[in-house]
Amino acid sequence: MLGLNNKDTKLLIAVAVLTLLAPFILNPFPADSAMAQFNAGYPDLMQRFVIFGIFAIGFNILFGLTGYLSFGHAAFLGIGSYAAVWIFKLFTYNVVPAIALAVIMAGLFSVVIGYVSLRRSGIYFSILTLAFAQMSFALAYSVLSNPKFNLTNGETGLQVYSGDLQMFHRDSLPDLPHLFGLSMRSTYNLDLGAWSFSFNAGYYLCAIVLMLVFYLSIRIFRSPFGLMLRAIKSNQTRMSYTGLNPRPHTLAAFVISGMYAGLAGGLMAAMDPLAGAERMQWTASGEVVLMTILGGTGTLIGPVLGAGFIKYFENIFSKINDSILHEWFAFLPDGLENFMVFIVHPFIGKGWHLTLGILFMLVVIFLPGGLVEGGQRIGKWIKNRGKAKDSGATTEPAE
Amino acid sequence: MDGLILQILNGLDKGSAYALIALGLTLIFGTLGVVNFAHGALFMIGAFCAVTISKILNISYEVVDPNQTDFLGNPLKVKTPYVESWFGPEMGTSIIDWSVPLAILLTIPVMMLIGLIMERGLIKHFYSREHADQILVTFGLAIVLQEIIKYYFGANPIQTPPPEALQGVANVGAAFGMDLPYPIWRIVYFCFSLGIIGAVFAFLQFTTFGMVVRAGMADRETVGLLGINIDRRFTIMFAIAAAVAGLAGVMYAPINPPNYHMGMDFLVLSFVVVVVGGMGSLPGAVLAGFMLGILESFASTTWATTTLPGINQIIIYLVAIIVLLTRPRGLMGRKGVMEE
Amino acid sequence: MGILEVKDVGKRFGGLQALGDVNLSVKENTVHAIIGPNGAGKSTLLNCLVGKLIPDTGSVMFDGQSVLGRSPHEINQMGISRVFQTPEIFGDLSVMENMMIPCFAKRDGSFRMRAIENTMREKDVVEKAEAMLVDMNMADKRHMNAASMSRGDKRRLEIGMCLAQEPRLLLLDEPTAGMARADTNNTIDLLKQISDERDITIAIIEHDMHVVFSLAQRITVLAQGTPLVEDNPENIKGHPKVREAYLGETAA
Repeated sequence: MLGLNNKDTKLLIAVAVLTLLAPFILNPFPADSAMAQFNAGYPDLMQRFVIFGIFAIGFNILFGLTGYLSFGHAAFLGIGSYAAVWIFKLFTYNVVPAIALAVIMAGLFSVVIGYVSLRRSGIYFSILTLAFAQMSFALAYSVLSNPKFNLTNGETGLQVYSGDLQMFHRDSLPDLPHLFGLSMRSTYNLDLGAWSFSFNAGYYLCAIVLMLVFYLSIRIFRSPFGLMLRAIKSNQTRMSYTGLNPRPHTLAAFVISGMYAGLAGGLMAAMDPLAGAERMQWTASGEVVLMTILGGTGTLIGPVLGAGFIKYFENIFSKINDSILHEWFAFLPDGLENFMVFIVHPFIGKGWHLTLGILFMLVVIFLPGGLVEGGQRIGKWIKNRGKAKDSGATTEPAE
Repeated sequence: MDGLILQILNGLDKGSAYALIALGLTLIFGTLGVVNFAHGALFMIGAFCAVTISKILNISYEVVDPNQTDFLGNPLKVKTPYVESWFGPEMGTSIIDWSVPLAILLTIPVMMLIGLIMERGLIKHFYSREHADQILVTFGLAIVLQEIIKYYFGANPIQTPPPEALQGVANVGAAFGMDLPYPIWRIVYFCFSLGIIGAVFAFLQFTTFGMVVRAGMADRETVGLLGINIDRRFTIMFAIAAAVAGLAGVMYAPINPPNYHMGMDFLVLSFVVVVVGGMGSLPGAVLAGFMLGILESFASTTWATTTLPGINQIIIYLVAIIVLLTRPRGLMGRKGVMEE
Repeated sequence: MGILEVKDVGKRFGGLQALGDVNLSVKENTVHAIIGPNGAGKSTLLNCLVGKLIPDTGSVMFDGQSVLGRSPHEINQMGISRVFQTPEIFGDLSVMENMMIPCFAKRDGSFRMRAIENTMREKDVVEKAEAMLVDMNMADKRHMNAASMSRGDKRRLEIGMCLAQEPRLLLLDEPTAGMARADTNNTIDLLKQISDERDITIAIIEHDMHVVFSLAQRITVLAQGTPLVEDNPENIKGHPKVREAYLGETAA
């Protein structure tokens, strides 16, 4: 189907079903139950899942296929957001031109940054992209927000004010980002018994975009271009001595992944018309690296899994506080209860980043292939139980 | 003329910090072949050693002093640091006053221990893995270290004053008939850095240990074949690099009140310094560190910032990009380091 | 005029004159061996031919065009393929994928964006790669990970990948170095077969005299960066200068 083989078609259908039914799947617990804190079916959280999924899919096209580790991709996300908000400010709240400009601007910037950074490989490349990202952050945070020339509105962040031009805005249209009149915030709540499900227009826009770009990434992975990118990762010397020029290949991959990041940034602004410089900081770049690695570098589904995993646990961990912890450990004797709370306390609430850092190290040390490899290992273990071990040296097709 | 020299002086303290961090980065990279993204965190931990010492020295007990009363007439609670009661008020006060230089004594063993644990416990297992994996695992470690510091010390910068005798401003140009007001502590920091840089170079140049390490930097396999236990020496080298970063941090605390993310801020710039200086070149790292520090200071003048707003924020990155495009190996880079 | 003309090529590394005034002419559809003791400049010469090094003086013409100043992929696209001393293959990819990459390079040039097409549906490339795998006697290994093969198989795959590009000149850098006797003989047979069956010129740098004398029709002896003699194998064997500079050394 759609020019894909059976396995890929199944994967695409699985992703489509999961994203379309996410409002149900992510709200498995009744709204009033104690377990409701583990629900994740809120519009803004679901939007974040999908948007970061898109960001990570794009990052994986560069890092997963070519092995070039960029530490500056958040810059393109930020550029996308700024571009989208400027469309909102100057022209219209319609998200289509905003997202289109976000992708184009991110593409232009990634051509320039990629052209310079890709002159070097390995760690030089990582450091160069890191330097570019920090420079973009400095530009957005302070340099480009002076009274004479205010492009980014500095610390406050760029947003739409009532005095803005909005050339094509009409009163009949919603005063928020919309898709030809359909507000991104419009949500339909469905109550079924004790359960409550929200269907949000913005989420579904993001979900459809995710399916499209996921499909595109499958096509790229299976294309001759994708093969060349994997060849670059495997052996650049052989690549050059086979008459192939690695540089335009890596640049194309860099620009594609930059445009994915711009798309994610544009969608972010479309969900909430605001763009801030903190989106471009190196921590944000580090986050997308982590998502990709946690899910499984170079696999198709890995980045989406990683993004969902991290955003979900970020949400849960940030919500947990000491009183919840006391509830959990209430079954223990008093002294032990307090001790457990004391031990766990640094990792929850504001300590989420500590958990994230530890997780990051554990994954790199013990599970370099990420969740996908973990799943495969478990699957193999179940399969091989009882059977004689078959240690064939066949290649694992990337999935 | 005075202004020019003043700007150079202003760049020296930051330049010293860059140079020291870049020196450690280069040592680790040159000896172990590992790119250490957690090196900035070591600098930060050094700075927090100063904070810790000054907190420890300030631990006090309270006594109710019946002779003193507050404005309501109640007896006043007086806090006395233990140090003052042990060594007498005068001696105690001056110990507290000199807490930052005293912290050096704590920093060296603490940083060497941290370096040792890091290398033996973590980095050792990454020698044979890809550079990307090394970057990622040390990046994760950097996050963990900085979050631990944030958990115990909070997110706000902590003021850590230098000793009173070294506060204030001196006119360093007086002897030459120039007017060059310059904070005394920064002079101290600059001299301190020069001392450490000199010590590291002397150590590498004049000791057998240093000779082996230098040989190892040039050709690791051959030195290994000679039957020299190069691994242990590299471990010690890592500990030394960690100590250098820590010392750079502890003395920097009075200049820049320590906060948990200062490590990453300096790390990114120090990487740029290493790349500009030439990966694997120790003199290059030091030279580029001072050069970029001074350049940043010039870009921060009112003239520069009014001509090109924000130039001080991006000048280092711009220079790095230009250098890499024109001299891909950096100013003093050797051929064959990290190519292919 | 040979297909490859090397004129007065010199190259210095600091104080070391690695190559001095090398003249060499490789005739079309022959097997030409370049031999010489260690440090004679064989590898330097080879690197000058493929664009990895740029000589300080002289010219290198391939089929009437200069290769100097061109990057390795451009020189390859002119029709020069190189086999390395340690096999350079795409270790992370399957054998079939390894073989398809040079087929794409031959068909599409050094860069062509084909990001939407499905690789396995590029009929011409798939067929060509499969035929080449059959030629190389490794069709049964097509799904294997290239890195997991034996050294001999890696060598054969690398030669096959070079042939898939239909080069006019095949450069081999000590193709049997570090190989067991059986693998060496297999490689000799393979190269013989290639030069018999295809319109191809082969230039080979080799240490192993057995390999050289079983393959080469023409031999250049290099010593201390300059060609000593150039002749056919029979004359080389008996040449006094060669015995002194080279064969004598190996005998010692």
